[in-house]
Amino acid sequence: MSHPTHVPRWRAVPLAPLLALLAAPGFVTVLLWLSGTPVLATWQLMLSGWASTAATRADTLMLAAPLLLCAAGLTITFAAGLYNLGIEGQVTFGAIGCMAVMRAFPDWPTPLLWTMALAGAMLAGAIWAGAAALLRRYGRVSEIFAGLGLNFLATGCVLYLVAGPWKKSGSASITGTEPLARELWLPTFEGVRLAPVAPALGLLAIGVVWLVLARSRWGLEIRAVGINAAAAERLGVPAAQRMTAALAVCGALAGLAGGLQVLAVFHALVSNVSSGIGLLALLVVLLVDARPAWVLPVALTFAAFAISAFKLPLALQVDSSLGGVVQGALVLCALIARALVVRRT
Amino acid sequence: MDTTRLAIDLAAILAGGAPLVIAALGETISERAGVVNLSLDGKMLLAGMTGFAVGLHTGDVLLGFAAAALVGALVAAVLCLVSLRLRQSQTAVGFVLALLCTDLSSFLGNPYNRVSGVAVSHLPVPWLADIPWLGTVLFDHTPVIYLSMLLIPAAWWFLFRTRQGLVLRALGERPAAAFARGSAVVPLQAWYVVIGGALVGIAGAAYTLDLKQGWSYRHTAGIGWIALAIVIFGGWNPWRVALGCYLFGALQTLATRWQGAPPGILAEIPTQIYQLAPFALMILVLALVNGATNPAVARIAAGLPEPLRRPALWALGRLSVEAPAALGQSFVRP
Repeated sequence: MSHPTHVPRWRAVPLAPLLALLAAPGFVTVLLWLSGTPVLATWQLMLSGWASTAATRADTLMLAAPLLLCAAGLTITFAAGLYNLGIEGQVTFGAIGCMAVMRAFPDWPTPLLWTMALAGAMLAGAIWAGAAALLRRYGRVSEIFAGLGLNFLATGCVLYLVAGPWKKSGSASITGTEPLARELWLPTFEGVRLAPVAPALGLLAIGVVWLVLARSRWGLEIRAVGINAAAAERLGVPAAQRMTAALAVCGALAGLAGGLQVLAVFHALVSNVSSGIGLLALLVVLLVDARPAWVLPVALTFAAFAISAFKLPLALQVDSSLGGVVQGALVLCALIARALVVRRT
Repeated sequence: MDTTRLAIDLAAILAGGAPLVIAALGETISERAGVVNLSLDGKMLLAGMTGFAVGLHTGDVLLGFAAAALVGALVAAVLCLVSLRLRQSQTAVGFVLALLCTDLSSFLGNPYNRVSGVAVSHLPVPWLADIPWLGTVLFDHTPVIYLSMLLIPAAWWFLFRTRQGLVLRALGERPAAAFARGSAVVPLQAWYVVIGGALVGIAGAAYTLDLKQGWSYRHTAGIGWIALAIVIFGGWNPWRVALGCYLFGALQTLATRWQGAPPGILAEIPTQIYQLAPFALMILVLALVNGATNPAVARIAAGLPEPLRRPALWALGRLSVEAPAALGQSFVRP
């Protein structure tokens, strides 16, 4: 991300999102009105649907958790000047890694199994991100397209596993593997699907990333590479290595998100395990201009929109993609607003 | 394989690759002018959906294509406004537009999901279609497919044989020099990006009104992202870009062929993998081609024994292409 250096960053902070907050709902309202959708009822549901029951509130937190993990990772790659579009595949591979450990060592004591499965998830995600980094470094394919190709490949791998070696016994379904035994789920509150470990790990991740980027030498070097890789190289920072490392760390966090999807959300390896969470996290990070402190509120808001939007088809016969429209419009308006604010100061 | 079968396969590849060719050439024009338009996939979906809806309501296929081109041009104009005028990162704006347009197409296209509508009619070229073999391959298609085939030499001729084409390439290579020579850099770039966007829009409608007639949720299944990759694979040259598109089309044809294979190892692999395999293979090819620009590869080639060295170096020289020098950097007036 490029910042105009002559403007103190703090001055651009509160105004830009505020302007976007005004413009984006305007756009969506016009859209609803033009498409003949009940405007007020739709907005009411979009803004409050997530809070209607204990279950939806829990779902919001459980969606915010992987979103936070991915956004934390993407904050690092953005700081290094990279667009990690391969994050979807990294989430998917994390889920595969997690499931592989769960299947390989069923006799281990459960807490150890969870730890190792999540470690396996992080490793698998990091490896998948490492592949993108290798393609970038030696194949000279931009990380954007390397990532996209690897996303397709990861989807292929998960489909193969679900339909082939890890097939649900006695079923030709390719939606997912056999569910895990109840005692292997991460501790979950009765009645709602809330496994507190997931949001806790998300919070921890974003906190650690903020600390590392703002306070450590490694973080400083990452940011230097992001601003000007050639200049950083002259100052003795191995730029290519730092970029690879940034991608690997992001992949590990995305992999952890994928692992948690398996252990705490789906309780199985399902074929669309990432279901767009990585791309949504990219939107979050773009909206906040990769500032870790703003990731938490925006990730929660986006998760709330997404959960509310799931209720649209049943309640109002409105397509749930409206959630994505609202999120995309917000980010686009934020980009515009940011430019306008920076220009005026 | 007998020759009739081959002719039918080749015709299928030319037809199946048509939307991809139109979209990739649109993006080539845009990127040659120095602007990456990452919104391609979403733009194609939104334009395809609009084209289908307009065609359905008016009963006129041409109006459908016009509407699709307009939508593609409008989305491209938004990209120009935010990235060229307001100087936000082209990658960021393009990515957001890609997701936003995808969701918009799902939301607005909901009433048209799996509705039957109008379609381009088949139009064999008089006389030419009767030529044995060649007629089947080249001249027995819909007008959209002829358009895609004519667009390849047209784009090449415009880019490399006209004065405007020279200026266009200068915008992507040395915008400052073009500016010094009196070109209005940003308005010209915007103009070409909008034209490229209109082509992408037409490509979207080529799906909904011709090749995969009708509209369904995420109708293009990620083809737009592949178009972006093929532009790089094709080294921003219309002929090679088209070749890449047809290669991808051939991979898809091959995949459907294997999918129907008799029981055995190939038939046990789920069909979804066959649909995904061409995407993954394409990226691999991209990596191999781009790898040729790596100095280390050139050093290895130079160290080969004599009879191999010259052809290896020649092949590398043909393969390695550099991106337009100012690609993705928004021009700042000095």
